[in-house]
Amino acid sequence: MSSYEARFKVWRGDVGGGGLEDFGVEVNDGEVVLDIIHRIQATQAPDLAVRWNCKAGKCGSCSAEVNGRPRLLCMTRMSVFTREETITVTPLRAFPVVRDLVTDVGFNYTKAREVPAFVPPEGLGPGEYRMMQEDVDRSQEFRKCIECFLCQDTCHVVRDHEENKSAFAGPRFLMRVAELDMHPLDAAGESGLDRKRTAQDEHGLGYCNITKCCTEVCPEGIKITDNALIPLKERAVDRKYDPLVWLGSKIRRRSPGD
Amino acid sequence: MPVVDRQEWDVVVVGAGGAGLRAAIEARERGARTAVICKSLFGKAHTVMAEGGIAAAMGNVNSGDNWQVHFRDTLRGGKFLNQWRMAELHAQEAPDRVWELETWGALFDRTADGRISQRNFGGHEYPRLAHVGDRTGLELIRTLQQKIVSLQQEDFKETGDYESRLKVYQECTVTRILKEGGRVAGTFCYERESGRFFVLEAPSVVVATGGIGKSFKVTSNSWEYTGDGHALALLAGAPLLNMEFVQFHPTGMVWPPSVKGILVTESVRGDGGVLRNSEGERFMFEYIPDVFKEKYAQSEEEGDRWYEDPDHNRRPPELLPRDEVARAINAEVKAGRGSPHGGVFLDVSTRMPAEVIRRRLPSMYHQFKELADVDITAEAMEVGPTCHYVMGGIAVESDTAAARGVPGLFAAGEVAGGMHGSNRLGGNSLSDLLVFGRRAGLHAAQYATGLTGDRPAVDDVQVDAAAAEALRPFSAEGPAPGVQDGRPPENPYTLHQELQQAMNDLVGIIRREAEMETALEKLADLRLRARRAGVEGHRQFNPGWHLALDLRNMLLVSECVARAALERTESRGGHTREDHPAMDRAWRRVNLLCRLTDPTGGLAATDPVRGQIDLVRETTEPIRPDLLALFEKEELVKYLAEEELYE
Amino acid sequence: MATGTEPQPKSGVRGTRGGVRGGTRAAITAPHLRTDRWWLAPAATAAGLLAFVVYSTWRAFANSDYYAAPYVSPFYSPCLAENCEPMRGGPNWELFGSWWGLSPALLILIFPLGFRLTCYYYRKAYYRGFWASPPACAVAEPHKKYTGETRFPLIVQNVHRYFFYAAVPVAGILTYDTVLAFRDEEYAWGHMGLGTLVFLVNITLIWAYTLSCHSCRHIVGGKLKHFSKHPVRYRAWQFVGRLNARHMQLAWASLISVALADFYVYLLASGAFDDPTLF
Repeated sequence: MSSYEARFKVWRGDVGGGGLEDFGVEVNDGEVVLDIIHRIQATQAPDLAVRWNCKAGKCGSCSAEVNGRPRLLCMTRMSVFTREETITVTPLRAFPVVRDLVTDVGFNYTKAREVPAFVPPEGLGPGEYRMMQEDVDRSQEFRKCIECFLCQDTCHVVRDHEENKSAFAGPRFLMRVAELDMHPLDAAGESGLDRKRTAQDEHGLGYCNITKCCTEVCPEGIKITDNALIPLKERAVDRKYDPLVWLGSKIRRRSPGD
Repeated sequence: MPVVDRQEWDVVVVGAGGAGLRAAIEARERGARTAVICKSLFGKAHTVMAEGGIAAAMGNVNSGDNWQVHFRDTLRGGKFLNQWRMAELHAQEAPDRVWELETWGALFDRTADGRISQRNFGGHEYPRLAHVGDRTGLELIRTLQQKIVSLQQEDFKETGDYESRLKVYQECTVTRILKEGGRVAGTFCYERESGRFFVLEAPSVVVATGGIGKSFKVTSNSWEYTGDGHALALLAGAPLLNMEFVQFHPTGMVWPPSVKGILVTESVRGDGGVLRNSEGERFMFEYIPDVFKEKYAQSEEEGDRWYEDPDHNRRPPELLPRDEVARAINAEVKAGRGSPHGGVFLDVSTRMPAEVIRRRLPSMYHQFKELADVDITAEAMEVGPTCHYVMGGIAVESDTAAARGVPGLFAAGEVAGGMHGSNRLGGNSLSDLLVFGRRAGLHAAQYATGLTGDRPAVDDVQVDAAAAEALRPFSAEGPAPGVQDGRPPENPYTLHQELQQAMNDLVGIIRREAEMETALEKLADLRLRARRAGVEGHRQFNPGWHLALDLRNMLLVSECVARAALERTESRGGHTREDHPAMDRAWRRVNLLCRLTDPTGGLAATDPVRGQIDLVRETTEPIRPDLLALFEKEELVKYLAEEELYE
Repeated sequence: MATGTEPQPKSGVRGTRGGVRGGTRAAITAPHLRTDRWWLAPAATAAGLLAFVVYSTWRAFANSDYYAAPYVSPFYSPCLAENCEPMRGGPNWELFGSWWGLSPALLILIFPLGFRLTCYYYRKAYYRGFWASPPACAVAEPHKKYTGETRFPLIVQNVHRYFFYAAVPVAGILTYDTVLAFRDEEYAWGHMGLGTLVFLVNITLIWAYTLSCHSCRHIVGGKLKHFSKHPVRYRAWQFVGRLNARHMQLAWASLISVALADFYVYLLASGAFDDPTLF
């Protein structure tokens, strides 16, 4: 056990302005950045605002940026830094700031509402669902998501371009579309909802240029780009850029009653 | 006093965990306009931490399972102290609640024939826990969250407003339940972000706030678990039941210090993990209590065979109910056979191939790798008991989840007492949330919609009093009455730490009379000091202020725990007395009810020595004969008093 | 509730710049606060791609030194014009008559070039490396506006699967070339030179890269809703998925190997080096 004093810079302020504030804080063996933030809170700045909850990387509350990288504070161990390093902690920079390390993540809740929910298949009652493990594997990977919104924060489509926020759902919610489209019993198609098409037309899949930052920052290790976004892009191609399908729909449209 | 914003709803649900969300869904589907209010962001509730699964006797893996067996296991786990009607409803309705989740989009792990897979767990006779790897709680909360969103989408189609019938107030805290006469009239709340006060007027309030773990130092619970719901109910005049029963989960992380207490799921043992002491001995075989002697393996060989052939072997003692395992670990450490950091070893690395471990226990693998730098596929984990769950809680009517004595108040989930008796089985918590969450929502909606024209009104005086109480930490600068020196106000963080230390040391896993008396004195002192807890800064997202307000609740429930624990002179489930080590059949029928000493709720006037809590003993209703008939006579003799047996 | 779901406030008025320095965001003037060498990866990517572009442009336009019996440079295979060098048993199809005066490499390179240009990995590489969109994660990009792949020309990236279809026969012909490489200079079968090994390595990597393509993964099985009803395609999807996880490594390895194979032929054809015969 050894402890030392670390140098921290923590962003403090609100929407009216603010800046990085210096702190010298004790660090003990095995601690994570969130412990240090809590120590600052308990000993130096009792009103320092920070969101956190489970402290075990399961709830996705303590998202922030450490040395410029989107991270969960509770899963960033102090041992990854040298003792000499100054550690900079800022709020998520893609969302409006509320106070100190707390941001307004309402964007994500708005987007969540725009994705039509699971459509239960007709004629199957509770207890009658039969699904094979290999058919649920893909969607289960996406359901590991803890909604920390680090992918939403790092995605340059909205991080660097506020104006895209209305048109673009962001990686987390495009992944949600993929999850539902791959759900073995989702009956959206039967109800007249084409998730493959709406992914592009309504949720802004085309904005994604697959530069993979979402995958890089995902604390759950979900392969968002390779397993959700690219397959979704391919599914959109099936609908929109496949000449055979296009031709088929043209012909069908010409013969009413088909 | 400034005018406080008011909004009118039919049902207000306090808490957005599994029980709260399930209640809200039910209430909204029954036609009640429903508001959910929660301290965290929507979807972050502590339910996400549940790992193992949802216990429901669907019989997908072993067709011998049914609700009667589940009921039996639940009562054995709770040492027959459970509200038997709750345990019955729970066992009967759990499968429907799980299946329903599938129709809302949940994706559980599957059996080979495509049904919901079920896993073994401590205290459950058959594989019974529907699960998704070791992140079942996340799946549950996400499914309920998405169901709420889907209901909001329906409302949007009809009314053009997502929140016309179902709204989530996130990052808001309720500090008081408001009443008119004896009836519930609404809640007084503040928004954490802005510090703004507001009132939700509603004739029905469902309390679903979870537990009290943050009153203890080593806990698996998050900051939200400050016993808010318990305190709100007490302050509103409802009694708390059997608060002495606090479950210490046997396996929490013990190192590094900053994560001490974080849960290591019971699935590790359910899937084959074994406990060893520093001498390499599988010590659990030494700790099988008499009441369980016939049900558990007596040799390592038999225990190991059970994983493959459960029908012809008995289960290993690592899968005893949690209270037994926690006490055993505690005893081993005390006897000097603990691990380097004061726990024991939990090993899967020698029991399963690395690939299987990573597939079946992904978040455990992740958690140890990231937080402790331990590769659980190669080395043993170090684990020790951690405060996990409170079996006690608001006393409710079994069928309706209505709090006793306060019309319009309902409670579900961990905050409600009785369902689990003296000890909860793993997996029974998630099913409890769903079964009684639904029932609470249903009855809250029925009660509210049945009150046409006769709604209780919120009184301005109460609102002003609640606002003044909430603002007190900002004006706490002055010295305490009667104290001459101008001492600075107390730091709420320091008070909280002292409270946690006191509860951990003095009312922890093993309890002694003298220590609990000391605890009560300490609590009285903390209570006085808490009145001087002051905060800096302003009301906007000020965690120091929030903690100062939560302290009131933690002190109230801590006193309940300590007083009830002192009163119950036996050891049973989550309550172990060193000075009364045996279970006493006479105590089985006794419930301890906590009530506020000063029923007006004015905490200021309470006598510091007598405290804030009065204890009442109550004799429980006898277990219905057809339910008793599910057990062998020889087993009942161990639990029930003579006169009960012959009734 | 500000953390609720009310409509988002428009960008505030404080900042004149957008993005992370926009009005409602935490007031931090630095475009990023990363302390690691984040620029290394995009710089290396850009340098690597640039080197290949320079080299391949030179070789594609050179129209010489691409055949040294029995080896044909992968840049010139199949050779589709009348002005191709005669290659015995080799991949000559004179689809383009004498009117085609440019290098025949240009006719065929369009397909592998298009395949790689629209490849999901290369897209990431050049969007980051050349376009700085974004240069690295959480590093502000320099562009004022961004529309991604929503409109022309980048919407054309959606044709990737058709280039995949084209890339398969091209890989087939390169396989044929590799078979031909089991001859000696006199076209006698049953021999191997160092060049044969170079070709073998190259064609293996080309196939691995081609099959690891995301479009391929979609076509063989990814598009299915129920794997359980298509066990064979499920297996194929799993196999492609394992390759796909290394798509980036395969993209680079095959890019280097194809350039090396060409360079090897160049050395032989220009007489700078003699192919060591193994047997």
